[in-house]
Amino acid sequence: MAITVKLFATFRVGRGKIVEMDYVPGMTAQTVIDSLGITAPEIAALIVDGVDGKVENMLKVAIKEDGYLAIFPPVAGG
Amino acid sequence: MFGYMGKILRVNLTTGSITTEALDFELAKKYIGGRGLGTKLYLDEVDPQVDPFAAENKIIYINGPLSGTATPTGGRYMVVTKSPLTGTIASSNSGGEWGAFLKYAGYDAIIVEGKASLPVYINIVEDQVEILPALDLWGKYTSEASAMLREKHPESKVLTIGPAGEKLSQMAAVMNEDDRAAGRSGVGAVMGSKNLKAITVFGKQKPVIANPDGLKTVTKECRGLIKENGVTGGGLPTYGTAVLVNIINEHGIYPTNNFQGGYDPGAEAVSGETLTEEYLIKRSPCHHCPIGCGRFVKSKKHPDGIGGPEYETLWVFAGDLGINNMEIVIDANYWCNELGLDTISAGATLAAAMELYQRGFITDEELDDDIKLEFGNEEAVVHWLMKMGNREGFGDMLARGSYRLADYYGVPEYSMSVKKQDLPAYDPRGVQGQALQYATSNRGGCHVRGYLISPEILALPEKLERFDLEGKPVWVKIFQDLTAVIDSLGLCLFTSFALGAQQYADMVNEVLGTEWSAEELLMAGERIWNIEKLFNLEAGIMPEEDTLPPRFLEEEMPEGPTKGWVAKLDELLPLYYKERGWDEDGIPTEERLEELGIL
Ligand code: SF4
Repeated sequence: MAITVKLFATFRVGRGKIVEMDYVPGMTAQTVIDSLGITAPEIAALIVDGVDGKVENMLKVAIKEDGYLAIFPPVAGG
Repeated sequence: MFGYMGKILRVNLTTGSITTEALDFELAKKYIGGRGLGTKLYLDEVDPQVDPFAAENKIIYINGPLSGTATPTGGRYMVVTKSPLTGTIASSNSGGEWGAFLKYAGYDAIIVEGKASLPVYINIVEDQVEILPALDLWGKYTSEASAMLREKHPESKVLTIGPAGEKLSQMAAVMNEDDRAAGRSGVGAVMGSKNLKAITVFGKQKPVIANPDGLKTVTKECRGLIKENGVTGGGLPTYGTAVLVNIINEHGIYPTNNFQGGYDPGAEAVSGETLTEEYLIKRSPCHHCPIGCGRFVKSKKHPDGIGGPEYETLWVFAGDLGINNMEIVIDANYWCNELGLDTISAGATLAAAMELYQRGFITDEELDDDIKLEFGNEEAVVHWLMKMGNREGFGDMLARGSYRLADYYGVPEYSMSVKKQDLPAYDPRGVQGQALQYATSNRGGCHVRGYLISPEILALPEKLERFDLEGKPVWVKIFQDLTAVIDSLGLCLFTSFALGAQQYADMVNEVLGTEWSAEELLMAGERIWNIEKLFNLEAGIMPEEDTLPPRFLEEEMPEGPTKGWVAKLDELLPLYYKERGWDEDGIPTEERLEELGIL
């Protein structure tokens, strides 16, 4: 099984829009960002399987077998 | 008198009289400038029951104490009048350079009253002010009218309306520098009702700064904070406001098909990333702006480049119409600017019309041609937009805006608006603070009266759980009051992603020589919010209108990461009124008004 990581804005530079990763039981968002070379302070919004929250909390969430992540650097507008 | 120019220009279009009067400095300090002072001046002169299109209505163009100074983004101005769309107070804000140049011409504000018998424009070069004929400009699209005026007055900055304003569309914008808009609440139609096509302005005066060295230091510090900030120094300059498409979509609050859905799997096609990679020519910053969110883009139809779409425009001409075509959005944005139409309300009216068509209220027989108003019909977008702006055929119905259109068919609930003004690009079911803000905004459906998306989605200044209710009324009040301050200072709201109330106080204190604390500044913001509310009440806009379309209160979001949610307004509103110190019916109390120095 694989999980999908959707990257946005500057996180795409050198990584691409979407990264597929093999699913490993117990895998968390922290595992994913470590392997992508992204650090927690760089992240403004993190969505795991459709659920968002404070980044430090979301990093501990276990990802579903065929789950996905969406990771955003600081962005804004209006 | 520091910071202000100390002079208000008054132009009566009925009599042709042009006079100046001294600015009341104490009043100015109490209401800051821009939105606050403009509203106070308007309130003191105009009956709130006035018909927005009557000669007795007035329209005020006003900058703030920081406009035209070296402070970051200090080039903005406000257009204050009674809105023909909502019937509420309208204060519509624009960037570019016109606001700063009004100050360089020597004025803090222009009050325009009466109605010209034939089309005119006002030309201002410092003390030389004239009302000139505009018959040759009437009927022209905004870029052509602006070019003609620039030829006559090469140094001047041009503010103008397009055909939509001339034809009194309740969604008409005031445009300046071709693609900057005081977009919302139909302020362009008030100009049209006065037969006023344009105002050109030029001057070389500068405001006197109380502490020039202090201002230099504070400005440097604020510019530094803006540069270092991930958003104002990174995300916004690189991608523009369009960068929001993906983050809003991934949270499931990106409205599709007139808010029938909240997630669009194809949104990447109109995202900030796509706009930057495939269409961007260069950034296009407003006066003294270190952020530069404005875009100059090219497309197949516009290979030489034109002003590019903002996030709200991308959403409304894409997801909200069931379409994902960047070429169409760029073209629709261009035509809104040319027609002088608010992109949000124009697109939202097309979306409402498409839902009315989907549900059988609008029929093929009524449409005066065979381009169907159907979700997903790319051909319909610019076609019906042009007919709307020029009020041709069924476009005349569309030009009234979504509320009046849906109400005509007896189903106003299909207008996704608050107080008749269309909601912007965030479904309130997934952002409970923003839902409360929409419902209580003094100018109806609006995101720039308090941008709760900032903490609820973008984690600025900190992440709030977006579905939680606790604490949200407090956040909404603070955001509304601080926004009123920024709008009154003459700065861009986007500075607030990097700056806080203290930095605004520091800047204005150096300019005016005041010693305001952040709290005092916020109190001025609250004062402004309350006088706007008082105007609305006297205009007959009662607290029952502090609500949302039934779709958001009763229908659960059907899909995506916000699935199953409704806006919990009934729980939030009483807490908000309490937080504001108003009575339980949502009316400001005498006690609170006295504390704020209003009574
Ligand atoms: S941030 Fe954007 S809208 Fe604001 S002043 Fe700068 S360019 Fe204009």
